[in-house]
Amino acid sequence: MLRFIIKRLLVTIPTILVVITLTWGLIRLAPGNFYSSEKKLPAAIEKNIREKYGLDKPWYQQYGRTMWNILRHLDFGTSLKYQGQSVNTIIRRSLPVSASVGILAYLLALVIGIPAGSLAALKQNSKWDYSSMAITMLGISVPNFVLGPILVLVFALSLYWLPPSRWDGVLSRNIILPVITLSAVYMAYIARLTRAGMLEVLRSDYIRTARAKGLSEANVVIHHALRGGLMPVVSYTGPALAFLLTGTVVIEKIFALPGLGNYFIQASLNRDEPLIIGIVAFIAITLLLMNLLVDIAYAFLDPRVRYQ
Amino acid sequence: MSSANGNLLEVNDLRTYFDTEDGVVKAVDGISFRLKRGETLGIVGESGSGKSVTNLSIIRLIPDPPGRIVGGEVVFNGQDILLLSGKEVRKIRGRRIAMIFQDPMTSLNPFLKISRQLMEMTQLHLGHTKAQAYQHAIKMLETVGIPDARTRVDNYPHEFSGGMRQRVMIAMALSCEPELLIADEPTTALDVTIQAQILELIKKLKQETGTSVILITHDLGVVAGMTDHVIVMYAGKIFEQAKTSELFAQTGNPYTKGLLRSVPDPTAEQGQLYQIPGSPPDVAHLQPGCPFAPRCERAEEICRREFPPFVKLTADHHSLCHFANEVFATSAGVTSN
Amino acid sequence: MDEKPLRTPDDHQRVEPALNLQGEPAGFTQTNRDPEAIALGPEIAVAEADVRSAEHGEYVRGSSLWRDAWRRLLKNKLAVFGLVVVIAITLSSVFGPLIIKATTGITPDYIPSNDVKRIKSFPPFTGVSGEFSWAHPMGTDNAGRDLLARVLQGGQISLFVGIISTLVSLIIGVSYGAIAGYLGGRVDNLLMRLVDVLYSLPYVILVIVLLSMFRSQTPRGQLALLFVALGSVSWLTMARIVRGQVLSLKNQEFVLAARATGVSTSRIIFRHLVPNTLGPVIVYATLTIPQVMLTEAFLSFLGFGVQAPLASWGSLASDGVQNIAIFPWQLIFPGVTMALTLFSLNFLGDGLRDALDPQMRTD
Repeated sequence: MLRFIIKRLLVTIPTILVVITLTWGLIRLAPGNFYSSEKKLPAAIEKNIREKYGLDKPWYQQYGRTMWNILRHLDFGTSLKYQGQSVNTIIRRSLPVSASVGILAYLLALVIGIPAGSLAALKQNSKWDYSSMAITMLGISVPNFVLGPILVLVFALSLYWLPPSRWDGVLSRNIILPVITLSAVYMAYIARLTRAGMLEVLRSDYIRTARAKGLSEANVVIHHALRGGLMPVVSYTGPALAFLLTGTVVIEKIFALPGLGNYFIQASLNRDEPLIIGIVAFIAITLLLMNLLVDIAYAFLDPRVRYQ
Repeated sequence: MSSANGNLLEVNDLRTYFDTEDGVVKAVDGISFRLKRGETLGIVGESGSGKSVTNLSIIRLIPDPPGRIVGGEVVFNGQDILLLSGKEVRKIRGRRIAMIFQDPMTSLNPFLKISRQLMEMTQLHLGHTKAQAYQHAIKMLETVGIPDARTRVDNYPHEFSGGMRQRVMIAMALSCEPELLIADEPTTALDVTIQAQILELIKKLKQETGTSVILITHDLGVVAGMTDHVIVMYAGKIFEQAKTSELFAQTGNPYTKGLLRSVPDPTAEQGQLYQIPGSPPDVAHLQPGCPFAPRCERAEEICRREFPPFVKLTADHHSLCHFANEVFATSAGVTSN
Repeated sequence: MDEKPLRTPDDHQRVEPALNLQGEPAGFTQTNRDPEAIALGPEIAVAEADVRSAEHGEYVRGSSLWRDAWRRLLKNKLAVFGLVVVIAITLSSVFGPLIIKATTGITPDYIPSNDVKRIKSFPPFTGVSGEFSWAHPMGTDNAGRDLLARVLQGGQISLFVGIISTLVSLIIGVSYGAIAGYLGGRVDNLLMRLVDVLYSLPYVILVIVLLSMFRSQTPRGQLALLFVALGSVSWLTMARIVRGQVLSLKNQEFVLAARATGVSTSRIIFRHLVPNTLGPVIVYATLTIPQVMLTEAFLSFLGFGVQAPLASWGSLASDGVQNIAIFPWQLIFPGVTMALTLFSLNFLGDGLRDALDPQMRTD
């Protein structure tokens, strides 16, 4: 197990470096630069800007300096757009917003999706099964940028139950609509996966054995079936997190939340190189670590995988 | 406690049907047999004959839908299992009737330790505490011949080989000292040498505990060595029923005859292996008349038209055939051919 | 009596599915990420005809297999519903704008030049002075453009991008997976490791960076960029599925027969193995199209996708969200149309999956 983790970490580090390099390369290769969107500057000012940001040095020096700072101090530099604010500060400030929405959304998805899917599997082909499968299909098909505004329209602007946007901290009611919107599609996926996983497991021989031992149906489902049946959901957590990240970006735009995604979009539009690299690196690291955790959890839960 | 005439189990006219896309499959269509205490009954048949469904019906493990038990009685110790409530049936399962299945690879829960799977039976049925159940689990593993039981009891199923897993299944089944053990092709998925060991184990345990056994198999060799009585099933019906020794000495049914001839005889001269021609019927679309008629050597016009009678050949030997008596008379010593 | 817990002769008799839930050959313990990947037995795809064809060096499809699947598909009402709706929407997207232009002269870009100072956005079925009118069944947007025409044109772009991008990912994924699966050994190992690493990357984030940096001057250029970007997001799972299939197939008789008659490796891969993976490929492609469309939609929503004057459902939704409070139909119509299309594609994909392998059905 330990060897497995170490091996993975060894692969992770170069991967992140590649991602950072790739991002850096993309930004540099692209035509134009971060200050060129504004009106054409006089030559003298442009020269000053280039000097200030070290853009007059050869590219490999710039690359080297950037990477050195990152590797040595985890210093991603200062934002080009948000004067004086270091990238790390910006990330630190905006991360809690995105993280809380994302985590709450996924938890909500688990809390509703797993029981819904299990019930559908147990009552297969019943009305509950068909209707919940239809609803989940809707959940997968309605894009979050459609669902969000519609929810806002209904619950905030028409019914006045919930506030439409803005961010007042994790515990305010502002978080409800963004979390629900983001959560919807994962709720649907998890319900479907749980249903499929449970159906598969419920058909297996060892469940038949469990029943033949005289165990009650509840016992069979909870203690015997659920462990195997939830495996697809555990596997799904990996890619789900990736999608969650991109979903958060859209949610933050719709609900005007000052989160990581919003800053990322702005940075991309502004060609704010340090900020872009910083956020991309952060996201990549988070994803890789989360995937590693998921794999460990999977091995933990499935004894057959453990003894490799 | 037994019923009036000393039978532990009486199955009367059991019918279990399945609703499928192709129509209604009459997997078990009017089965009746008796089992006395301490006896071993063998149920023989090709795949699709309904032997497994019969046994699943006894403890009501038929998935519903698409299956349903449409008629008959299963009288265990004087009680008709088919009339009991779900809760009462669960009390019988594992405690008084235990079942082991064909494939030990998939029949154990891969996510739980063996100890857990053994303990939950005695904790549930015998009210053991955790400590008691744990000790009992170790004892059972030792009884079935698992070496190093003390450490191995905490292992997971995938850490055992096939033969050992089947032993674990047997240990699990016998934990609560049931009155009846149903073994559904317990050795089919195992290697030949392991097969013998498992069968010996079952025999030994049966002698020690006095458990009655129903042994389902398609292997006549197994039947010969292990059982007191045999029933031969085909297309959901019993084609022949007899004392084992008598069946092998003198069979009264062309189907059984064919089965016996198919057993390869290592001492016979080199020649073609015999196989009953044709394949098992499509039980969803049975023709009228005898289900075996299309494949039977003896078949005549009447076989295709009329369903055969269940003929009583001796006190304890019946055969489902129009020509039962004739086949019986001419079949002494049929095993070598 | 010393039985080791290793693979003993006991084990070979057990019956295992050829592929597990993740589309990989059984015994493969790598935790795969996409549980929705299809697992189909290779037995389905290999019909007798294939064995014969291998001897003759040409590919002949076992026809009864596909007819059976088609029959099963038609029995699935939801899938048929999906198919019908998809065809309907596709046809209206392609021909709709033309018909509208021919009958009413309205094009998606047409901006009425009168009444410069009035609010231009009409609700559905409303005319200039608030009376009922057939002119704009979906209303108009802020510039006065007919929304129905725009939604249909948006459909053109969205569907077009979806299908082409899926094709791109299909070509990459199938080739990659087939080569990896057939060559096996170290090559396979390496290629699949690469896939694993790529799988855990924040792909879409990188795509956003790509799209924002390389904004094309022309809308067409942007489309091309999108094809590449979107195609490169979804080929990974396709590669995995195809590889799994190929791994199971490559030891089948017809491959041995082809090898024995001297068919070249690339021919074996592309003429014999790949056609046999058609089943899962078709299913997965049908399920990929809505995913890709969704990705394109939200990229356009964020402003990185389709650029004006072209419109896709995503960019229409983006325009519509601005005015959700006062002109909600601007969001609702493109949004609902898109949801309906995705809905139908998903049902169709599910139906195809069930039709091609009834054993995997969970009912």
